[in-house]
Parts: sequence; structure tokens; C-alpha cells
Amino acid sequence: MSPAQWDLPPELCCRPMAFVALTGLDVVYNAVHRAIWDAFCANRRADRVPISFKVLPGDHEYPKCRTKRTSYEWYIPKGILKTGWMNKHLNLVPALVVLFYELDWDEPQWKEKQSECATKVEIVRTSLQGRNTKVAVVLIQKKTPLPPGEDVMASERAAALCNACDLSGKSLFVLPHTDHLVGYIIRLENAFYEHAQTYYYTEIRRVKSHKEFLNKTTHQLLFVRHQFKTAFFSELKQDTQNALKYYRAAYSLIHELRTHETNILEIKTMAGFINYKICRLCFQHNTPLDAIAQFRKHIDLCKKKIGSAELAFEHAAWMSKQFQYFGDLFDEAIKLGLTAIQTQNPGFYYQQAAHYAQERKRLAFQLCGGPEANLGYPAPDPLETPTGILDFYGQRAWRQGHQISTCFKLVSQELIIALLSNAVAQFKKYKCPRMKSRLMVQMGEEYYHTKDYAKALKLLDYVMCDYRTERWWGLLTSILGTALRCSYLMAQVKDYVSYSMELVGRASMLREDQKSRIQKNVAKVLKNEPPEAEPDCDPSAVKAAQALWNERGSQASGEDLILEVQDSVPFVQCKARFLHPSFHLDVPVQLHVFLLTDSPHPVRFSKLCVSLSNQDYNQYCVVDSLGQAPAQEDMCLVPGRTHRYSFRFVARPEDVGKKIEITGVDLMLGSENGRCIFLNWRGGGGDAASSHEALQATRSFKRRGRLPENEVDWDTVSIQASTMIISRVPRISVQLHHEPPALNNEMYCMMVTIQSHEDIVARDLKLTAGLKPGQDANLSHTTHVTLDGSKMCDDSHRALLPDIPMGDLQPQEKPLSIRCSTTGPRIFLVHVAYTVDTCIEGRDIVCKCHKFEHLEHVFVDVPFLLMTDILSMSPWPLHLVTSELQLAPTMAAVDQPASQVEEVVLQTGESASECFCLTCPPVHHGTTGVASGQYVMSWKRKSANATIPVVNTVITLPHVAVETIPLYVHADLPSFGRVRESLPVKYHIQNRTAIVQEVEMSVEPSDAFMFSGLKQVRLRILPGTEQDMLYNFYPLMAGYQMLPLLNINLLRLPAVSGQLLRRFLPSLQSIYVPQYKPVYITQVAACRVSFYY
Amino acid sequence: IELKFHYTVHTSLDVVEEKVSAVGKVIVDQRELYLGLLYPTEDYKVYGYVTNSKVKFVIVVDSSNTSLRDNEIRSMFRKLHNSFTDVMCNPFYNPGDPIQSKVFDSMVSSMMVQTC
Repeated sequence: MSPAQWDLPPELCCRPMAFVALTGLDVVYNAVHRAIWDAFCANRRADRVPISFKVLPGDHEYPKCRTKRTSYEWYIPKGILKTGWMNKHLNLVPALVVLFYELDWDEPQWKEKQSECATKVEIVRTSLQGRNTKVAVVLIQKKTPLPPGEDVMASERAAALCNACDLSGKSLFVLPHTDHLVGYIIRLENAFYEHAQTYYYTEIRRVKSHKEFLNKTTHQLLFVRHQFKTAFFSELKQDTQNALKYYRAAYSLIHELRTHETNILEIKTMAGFINYKICRLCFQHNTPLDAIAQFRKHIDLCKKKIGSAELAFEHAAWMSKQFQYFGDLFDEAIKLGLTAIQTQNPGFYYQQAAHYAQERKRLAFQLCGGPEANLGYPAPDPLETPTGILDFYGQRAWRQGHQISTCFKLVSQELIIALLSNAVAQFKKYKCPRMKSRLMVQMGEEYYHTKDYAKALKLLDYVMCDYRTERWWGLLTSILGTALRCSYLMAQVKDYVSYSMELVGRASMLREDQKSRIQKNVAKVLKNEPPEAEPDCDPSAVKAAQALWNERGSQASGEDLILEVQDSVPFVQCKARFLHPSFHLDVPVQLHVFLLTDSPHPVRFSKLCVSLSNQDYNQYCVVDSLGQAPAQEDMCLVPGRTHRYSFRFVARPEDVGKKIEITGVDLMLGSENGRCIFLNWRGGGGDAASSHEALQATRSFKRRGRLPENEVDWDTVSIQASTMIISRVPRISVQLHHEPPALNNEMYCMMVTIQSHEDIVARDLKLTAGLKPGQDANLSHTTHVTLDGSKMCDDSHRALLPDIPMGDLQPQEKPLSIRCSTTGPRIFLVHVAYTVDTCIEGRDIVCKCHKFEHLEHVFVDVPFLLMTDILSMSPWPLHLVTSELQLAPTMAAVDQPASQVEEVVLQTGESASECFCLTCPPVHHGTTGVASGQYVMSWKRKSANATIPVVNTVITLPHVAVETIPLYVHADLPSFGRVRESLPVKYHIQNRTAIVQEVEMSVEPSDAFMFSGLKQVRLRILPGTEQDMLYNFYPLMAGYQMLPLLNINLLRLPAVSGQLLRRFLPSLQSIYVPQYKPVYITQVAACRVSFYY
Repeated sequence: IELKFHYTVHTSLDVVEEKVSAVGKVIVDQRELYLGLLYPTEDYKVYGYVTNSKVKFVIVVDSSNTSLRDNEIRSMFRKLHNSFTDVMCNPFYNPGDPIQSKVFDSMVSSMMVQTC
């Protein structure tokens, strides 16, 4: 009963295609025939009709057709389906036989040829005796045929040939052997296909016609057989919908059969076949849910049909195959574009297949009384039938009773593993990591059973950490148990110890006595003795393992094993911590290592050492049995008690500012003369479970009972794996006295006071002061620092004064002057360094400095007034020494300007103004902007003493927009008028161009004034001369009033509008109000410029 | 055999995770806690339920048991959830520790008795 028995026959798995036999082709020696054959079978793409072609000799013997019985009355079928049937119809009995014959219409010896052809057809007919197979003739011709109807001879001869061969006209084809061979072939194919369809259709009809002869009692099997045959023919006919229907009918019929011991296998086999076909067609029709539903139904129906208990293994094997085939079908459908989902993918079926395969193995073992019971295989193989082939699918070679063959020998472990790894691949694809892990565990166990321990260990090791991180301790324990057995049987010391340690530790769910046994085994390993065998191991394997252990023991004394325990949950826990996150250089660094064991027995260790990032300190952090040995009981860890080991050392000065980290903790178990095992924790200890435990502990409200002195509650200890070595705290005070903000360009004084609080003299005091490096590069160009405050500093002074020697320390002060020529905050650095014995200290102080500035804006071309407003924004009173206006060459003062603000003191927010009258000489080529000059202010702080130099602030006055105008209008008018009193106004109109200007003037009427004078006039003004216009206004209203609008039009220069000229005219007239206010006020940040008319 | 159930429950978390993350994208608040049948195996039906605080309940039912419909399972989960909430509300219970509540245990075993 080989596993192969359950493999589906290939004829079931392939896609049925119509079978067409080609005869009369000599593909070996005739090139033309060869080309025709190649055109038929080469490059069969999906778009060509599904036909399987075969070249057969003309006198090929087709399977004989048995004489049809006319009555089923006395017929008792022996089985459901003959084993040869499907193959017969796929490959042996053609739907159509095509005879190829070389014959041209104008063949001279037509008669002879025709009769030869007829003979050949007759031979084929004879060998197909009794079958409905069609025969067709293809004439291979050398000439391209004429269009039908034109060649009279052709149609005559064709008719004659048909007659001679007893063929219908539809079965005679002509194949001209020309360039377009493939095209002709494709047309031929389609014609063949139609013939094949008809053949299968008649076959279906024939099978169906048997139905009426059948009766339900004796012919149940035939019902199934006929349905199956109908379905299969439908498939050959490519009618998959109907095929599916018939298969379904067959499937339901098969379950109506009476089952008994002898036919149960047959029923299951056939049910499996039909189910396979149904599922396959469902997937093909893209109805995967139907396929799944069918399969579930199939499994549910067949699950119970175990048959005799001894054959349960056979049933399991069959189930396994069912699942495997469904998985394959599903997978194939996915490859063709079906999308599967997480909960419905082939993996489940492979997994189930593997499950049944394991089940089968188990049952077989049971049956044969364990693997040792070496039952000999029966000498004359009962499975061998004389022919080697059984008549019906699913029947046993021996119909009497059921001997049990020693099948377990043939149980293939590879099969299970292959199924499992298939499933793993599927689950990986559908995002089921846990399912995958589980299957890998199963694979590992399977490898363990096949004694392939190395592979088993590899797999188990791979998944263990998943279970560990998810904290499924129960599962982890079971996996560890298997892994421990594997490592024991392979005598892998390192793995053995590490799995043991985890099994003894707190993560394991083993009972105390088992833990105790394992711990004793570990102790033995440490003493270089072979450990006790694990229970549940194969006794023969144990023997081999013991030998291996003895060998290991003899060769490997004093061997060091280093176990990384960070990622597992060992039975010793470790936490290391520095007492503080940072230590000053003058204090010893203190370090505690806590150890706790949760094994059932105390653990003795022989060495504990801590490695630090700076290895020079490692020597201070060792506990061992040598040297100034701590008491022996300290080297023994009592279960459940937290042990503390303290270390201290002095940090080196070169480590100041550096971090000291614990890179690892090593605990040595065992001794030099036995075997040493180092448990190594990376960093400050902790293992796979500890971080979660720590979290739980912080959440917990529980308070443990009060612990005795010197004992620590494990959960309260936290890991502190690094500490910072920081410099000694300087005992010196540095104070800065200054009055912020500093003003622009000022010599700003900053007093630095240094006082020492050291117990001894601080020597080599050095001061660094100035702009803190690393700020904007521009700042360092515009900031100058000097110690000499009496002189103004310039660009030659630097921004930072490094290392000013101060000698030994008495309390002392140092003035520092700073000059900044631009505004903005600056950070200054004052750094004091001194030496006390071996320690160097420093200190930084940061101060900020501030400052402000003014903005401006202007324009015009005739006499104008420049007004400067000085606004003090300094928080300190300012003393203005003097001010000066330095005019640019393009500007001229109307009178001699003298400072009007000399010796003025400005408080915060006060302002001082100066006013200068300037003119702008004519400029050329219409430049729009003219520099007006500079304004220089000399000032200092009121609080500053006389030695501080005066600060000169230079302000560049804004450029003035200059416009050249052809006509200059200005008005003489009184500063105010009174209601109902005459107000004489004289307008001067000056022609500034070199040509005569024609001017049109008009005065618009106004509600506020009556007036006398020329209301509208046109006049000419000679170049350079001036025309006066006198008006008498008579105000009617009080308050600021707009003078009647004077419109001036230059007829020659229409571009110059009255608007522009009107700018020079006063628009407001105050009446009754004695004050006169400037007309336009341009207010800017701090400087005002007004125009004067 | 207990191990097998552990594995079953553990592997079912794959599906729970997937379902929760798929639902999480839609609406977080209005989430249906009951996840329904997680996946079918030959022998068992596995149902899942996730509370809003991502506590997962899993019920494994024998495949042959047809008396338990979706609604019954759902109400079982509700009961379980309520009882679990009571446990959580116990001020002496420290979240994350194994549950040692008699009331919870008896509720669970009564539920088991009922279904069997």
C-alpha cells in the first residue's frame, strides 16, 4: 500500500481535450508532412482550440469495442469505474480520425488514386468497428485552389471522391501546401473541433440512453459510472458547466451507495476523484467559494468513513491526500489570479494534510507495535497482481478479508515535512506569523522524530524568541522541552545548558521536580559528567547520546562556554546599576550588581565580573574565589533572595565628560577543573522577560513584606547601565556688573568680579572674555572688546580676548569695554580658568547686549526743510554733546546750520528736534535720487564718567527724489486770515525752462471764500522770468479752509498737470486760528522732514 | 491536548490582529467588539472578541457543536467581557497579573457547563 496509491491518476488531473488522430502522415521522412504536423502541434497557444493530436499509422488498431449489451437485466457491475477508462478516451479512442492523402484535382491518374484513398478510408473504418468515431479526409495539394465554384473539375472530382469513400462533403478537406500553411491548419483545426464536438455529443447521448435500462437495486454503481462518464465526455466537449453539473450528480449518487467493509475504499477513492474534478472546475469557473464549500462537504461526509479500525491509517493517508490536492488546486488557482485571504488560503489545507499524515504515522506505529517491531514484509507481495493493474479504481487486489501490510515502513517523513513547509510558505504569504511559527514547531518536532536533531534545533530555535517576546510561556516550555531533548541527543553542551537554564528559570511552566532534575543535570554537565537522559527519548538514541557525552567529557576539560542570556529567560537574573546617573571626578564611582535565582536549588558561582566601556576599570569590578575572597556564602545564590555585590573605583581625569557604560556582566558557573560556563548579559543585565516584569512591578500596588536589613526587593531595583563622569564643581564665583542694554557704538563697560571659595589658593587664573564664538560671523566684525576703556576701540580690536592672565587669586575686578557697531543681541562669554591642585575648572556666563537705530525718508528740489527728531530709546539718560549736519555736495544750506541741541540731556522716551533749511541745486539728466548728507550726533551716557569717550553716531540722511519742473509756483500769503477781512494772496509763477511758456490759469469758486482777481487768464511767460498774480480773498468761514483751487495748464507741456504744480501751493488756510502748521508732515520712525514753500 | 489549544488560540491572534487593524482604519469608536468566526479548522471553530482596550477573548468550540450560533457566542463574549470588567475594577487587582477571581472562574466554568 504505497503512498503513491493515493496519488490521483494523471489522466484525472489533466485538462481533458478532444482527441483527434491523424493518419497518413509520414513525419519522419516526408518534409511536407513534417511541416504540417509541426503546424498542428507547435506553438499551441490558449487561443487555439483544445485538441490533442496524435499521429498514428493508417492501419493503427484502436481499442476494440465490446459488444453492446442490449439488456442490463442480469448484469451486476463489479465496480464503479474501470481504471483504464479515462485514459482510453483521452489517448486511445479518437473522436475523429483524419486521413491525409496527397492528391491534386488535376491528377492524371485520378481513378487509381481515388480508389487507393477509398481503400485507406476503409481500413480506418474497419479498425474503428463499432465506434462512433468520425473519419475525415484531407487532401494535401501542391496548388492553390481556385475559388469554389470556378473549378468545375475540382467539384466533380470532389463529389466522386466523397462517393467512393462514403464520406459526407463536410468531411473532405483540401490543404494546399503553400505559404499560408498555419492559417489553413487553424481553419482545419476548427473544422476538426466541430466534428469532435459532435462525436462527444453522441457519446453523451449514448451513455444517457443506458439509463432507462437500469434499476435502483442492482445498478447503483452504474448510476455513478454513467454520470461520471457523461461528465467526462462533457469535459472533453469543453462544456464545463454541464460537466460540473454531472459531476455533482455523480457525487451525490456516490454517497447514496451502501457502504461496507469491502467497498468503502472504492467509494472513497471515487468520491475523491469526483470531488477533485468538481473543485477543479469550480476554481476554473472562478467560483472558489463553491469549491471550498464542496470540499468541506466532501470532508464532512468522508471523515467518518474510516472503515475497519485497523485501516484507520489508510483513511488518514487518504484524508491527507485529499487536503493536499485541494491545497494544490487552490494554490494553482491563486497563481492564475485568484486572490486568497488570510483566513482562507491553501496553507490551511496543507496544514491539515500534514496533520493527517502525522495521524497516519501514529496509527501505523500503533498498529505495528512501535517502530522496533520489525515485521518483515510478506515475501510474496500481496499487493502485486498478475497484471500489476487493478480493474477498477479503489479496489483491493485481494477481495477476501483485509490483511494488514507493513505499511509504516513506507510512511515518509519527508512527505509530512514537505506539506508543513508548503503550509509555512502559504501562511507567510497571508500574514499569519503565529500560524507560521506553530507550523515550524511542528516541523521541528517532525525532524525530531526523524532523528534529524540538528534541523529540528535550528527550526525550534528560530521560533522560540517569538514565543518568548509574546510571553506564551506554556508553549515556550514545550518547545524548550523538545529542544532540550534534541540537544541532549546530540550532546550539544552549549545548547543543552542554555535550554536547561531557561527550563529551570521562571518562564518555564514545568513542575518543581522536573526543574530540580534539570538543574541537577546542569550541575553534572558543569562537573564534566554526562547528564541523565531526558525522559521520552528513544532508548536506542539515548545509548548513542551517552556515548557522545562521554566522548565530549573526555576531550573538553576546562572548556569555556559563553552563553548570551540577554534574549532568553535564564534562571539567574541580573541587574547592574550605577548608584547615580553621574559622578563627580573627586567622588568614587559606585556600582551595584544584583543577582537573583529562581531555580529550585541554590546556585554556586565562581566568578562575577563586570565589563565597562573603559576597560581599565574592569579590574575593580570582579568577585571571584581568589584574592580577597568574599565569604563563601556570598558566592552562592539562594533561590528567591536578591544578592547584591558592590564595586567602587575612582574615575580617571581623562574620562571627564565621558560616559562610562556597563558593556556586560559575566557570571561564571562551574570551575576551572570541570567545565566553565559564562552567562553573559549585555549592558546592565535584564533578559527577555525582565522589562515586562519591571513594568508590572511599577504598576503593582502590592507591597512586599518588610525585608530584613541588607536585603533588597528585586522589583525595586532598576538598571542604570551608564554614568557620566563630570568635572569637579568649581568653587569660585564670577559676577558681572553692567547696565544693559548696551547702546550702538557705545564703549560699554562690563565689570567682572571673581572670587574664590576654594580652600587653597587658586593659581594661574585666566580670564577669557568677549563675544561667544559660534555666533553670526558679522557679529564678530562689528563687536570689539578691550580692557582699556579710556580709548575708543576700532577694528583693530578683536571680538574675543582669550586667556588674560590674572595671576593668583585675590578677589578682583576687571573692567571690560565692548563696542558694537550694529544692533542685535549678542552673547558674551566670560570664562575663568584656574588651577587648584590637579583640578581645572571653568565657568561660563552669558550676557546680552542691545541697541537701536533710526530710519528716514525725503524728497524735493526747491528750498526745503530738513527736520531731525532724536528720540532716546535708551533706558539710561543720554547726554547729547553736540550735533552736526554734513551736507553732501549736491545739497546746499540756505543759512549756516548750527547745532540746536548742544548739551541736551534726554531721558528715556524724550526727543529733541533740529530743523535745517536746504536747497538742492539743479541736477542733470533727471536723476531721481540725490544724497543729502550725513547727520552726526555726539553723545554719551549721563552716568558715564568723564574718561569714557564721547560716542559719535553717524546717520546717513536719506536720498531725496529730485524732480525738475518747468514752472515753479509759489505763493505769498499771510499766516492766517480773519473772517470777512480781506486776505491778499500773491502767486508767483516762474518759468524755469528755456522756452516761452504759455500758461492758462483759472481759479475755481469756493464756498469758503469770495475773491477778486483774474478768474481765468491766459498768459505767456518768458524764459527765466516770473509773473505775479494777485488775488484778494475774502474768507466767509472760520477754521481750516481750502483756498480756492488754482488750476494751471501749460499748453506746451500738457504732461505737466496742474496737480503737480498745485503741490507747491498751500492748500490750507487757517482763519481765526493764530497757529500755523506745516502742511505736509511726513512722519517716520524718528526723523521728520517737512517741505517749505 | 492543552498545548494544542494554546497553539490554536495563539495562532488565532494572527486573524484577530488583521481584523482589528482592518477595522481600525474605518471607525475606531463604533467598532463591533465581536469579531465573529476567526478561522475554521477541522475540529474546532475559533471565535474572537476584542475590547476597546485591545484585550482579546477567544472561544474555541468543537466543530461538531451546532447548538451554538453566532448570537449565543456573542452573548457568551458579552458575559465574559462584563465579568472581566468586574475583575479589572477590583482595586486589589493589578492589571497584567494572572486573574485569580473566584467569580470570574465560576462564571467561565458555568458557561462551559452550559454549552457542553
